[in-house]
Amino acid sequence: MASSQPTPTRMELNRLKKKLATAVKGHKLLKDKRDELMREFLDLVRVNMELRQKVEEGIRQANVNFVVAKADMSEEILQAALMAPKQDAELSTTFRNVMSVNVPVFDYNTRTPDPNDIYSYGFAFTSSDLDGAVRSLSDVMQDMLKLAEVEKSCQLMAAEIEKTRRRVNALEHVTIPETREGIKYITMKLDENERSSQIRLMKVKDMMLEEAHHYKERA
Amino acid sequence: MSKIAVMGDYDSIYGFATLGLDTFPVNETEEAAKLLKRLSANEYGIIYITEELAASLDKEIKVYADVPVPAIIQIPGIKGNTGAGINGVKKSVEQAVGSDILFGGVSSEEGETK
Repeated sequence: MASSQPTPTRMELNRLKKKLATAVKGHKLLKDKRDELMREFLDLVRVNMELRQKVEEGIRQANVNFVVAKADMSEEILQAALMAPKQDAELSTTFRNVMSVNVPVFDYNTRTPDPNDIYSYGFAFTSSDLDGAVRSLSDVMQDMLKLAEVEKSCQLMAAEIEKTRRRVNALEHVTIPETREGIKYITMKLDENERSSQIRLMKVKDMMLEEAHHYKERA
Repeated sequence: MSKIAVMGDYDSIYGFATLGLDTFPVNETEEAAKLLKRLSANEYGIIYITEELAASLDKEIKVYADVPVPAIIQIPGIKGNTGAGINGVKKSVEQAVGSDILFGGVSSEEGETK
């Protein structure tokens, strides 16, 4: 199986044995990593799906509300009302390490703590539907933020799991068997060499004895 | 401190401005691609993008798949839900597990028909 046969020397044998030990250890570690990542991923992706459905429904609802609000006002007034937002969102990003995958954790801060600052307009010229629409969108915001965090984490973890799985498989099905094969080949070759030199020595001894004592002539 | 951006057609995203998010109305693919690059370089932590726009920016979005920030998240636009967001979740399950074992493995067919 090994594409190029290793040179049958003791040095190579030692090298391969070390390689095998490392590969087996690495395989075990990577397998554990994959299993743990998978466990976390499966939990997280369920949350992801739930959040996504919730957010999509929320945004759909908000869009409906906005359309209703828009129908009640002229385009200019609406644009003017939303032109200068009072609220300003800031995002602080920290990272969490899940099995060597860096996933972001988002923390969302508004410039002012007052929840009513989302209404960036005077109430005189806008329809009350707009208030409801803005409100409904603001309600979705927390979930949208959570969704961003969870979905990004899921994507990153999925990529890492795929990579780890490939590595585990490569070790399990290629590196480890190939190294074992190499070790077997070298041991057999070395044994063979040893036997052949043993036989050679025996033959030589026979010949030397024959030379000294001339058994054949005496017989 | 980073910020949050929303990209898409004007009608889908104008409401987000009231929440303090930065809205960037775009319609053309090329312009959107440039904008996406600029926003990512400018320390936007989260970029929400409408599904319609995201569909044409597949390649540009994939660039940011391996880095922790920015998180590019698809949201449904005003024209309705295309299912692309849900599909994205299914895709990551498929990528991780090998096949979609959680949400019924129909994601690839759905992605093509819609």
